[in-house]
Amino acid sequence: MSELRLSRAVYDAMRAHGEETYPYECCGALLGRSTPDGWWIEASVRAGNTRTDSAHNRYQISPGELVKIERESRRQGLSIAGFYHSHPDHPAQWSRTDLAEAHWLGCSYVITAVANGKAAATNSFRLAGDTEENKRFESEPIAVKDSASK
Amino acid sequence: MTIFIPTPLRVYTAGKDTLEVNAATIAGALDELTLAYPDLRKHLFTSEGKVRAFVNIYLNDEDVRYLPEKEATQVSPGDTLSIIPSIAGGRQPR
Repeated sequence: MSELRLSRAVYDAMRAHGEETYPYECCGALLGRSTPDGWWIEASVRAGNTRTDSAHNRYQISPGELVKIERESRRQGLSIAGFYHSHPDHPAQWSRTDLAEAHWLGCSYVITAVANGKAAATNSFRLAGDTEENKRFESEPIAVKDSASK
Repeated sequence: MTIFIPTPLRVYTAGKDTLEVNAATIAGALDELTLAYPDLRKHLFTSEGKVRAFVNIYLNDEDVRYLPEKEATQVSPGDTLSIIPSIAGGRQPR
């Protein structure tokens, strides 16, 4: 099974973002390198949630912002390895909405539950499968490293 | 022009994240891309040949959907084409 490896700083930054936007969902991108054992995340990038009509239970990153994030990751020699968002007052489990609207096959989707404004569980799900028809989320362990050693 | 391939589609371009094509229009560039890498086609287009709803294509900083001539827009060698699948979700059940 693959695992998502990231530094303590990235892990804490994702969770802090969820607390800051509570009671609304936060979202952002994870930049890293692919290794035979899974993604190695080196940075996270905050993104705006364009779902201002329903930000307590929906998120969306504008494609224009994604293009800029992709360009910046390329400049750093990194790839978009996945995305994160928060579930305010809701478990850190993917929803049917999350699966239906996930299209980055092979990438990781990290969800942090934020309960009463405090970050609780953080879980990662790899979008497995090779088509829209057979895609599925598979739970993957998160390994938090204190340094960015590979 | 240069085409940027997003992470999930690099498995169909032999791992390449950037490709150079010679084309006069956006449609021509996408044709050249999918001719070279046919497995990309079903990930980019519906069976009717339309760009899939969740696939965003940007010519430099412009969403191709909002260009007056859309995929028929002329391109030049210095242009970039970004293919970006959409990102959305949330805890609300559908």
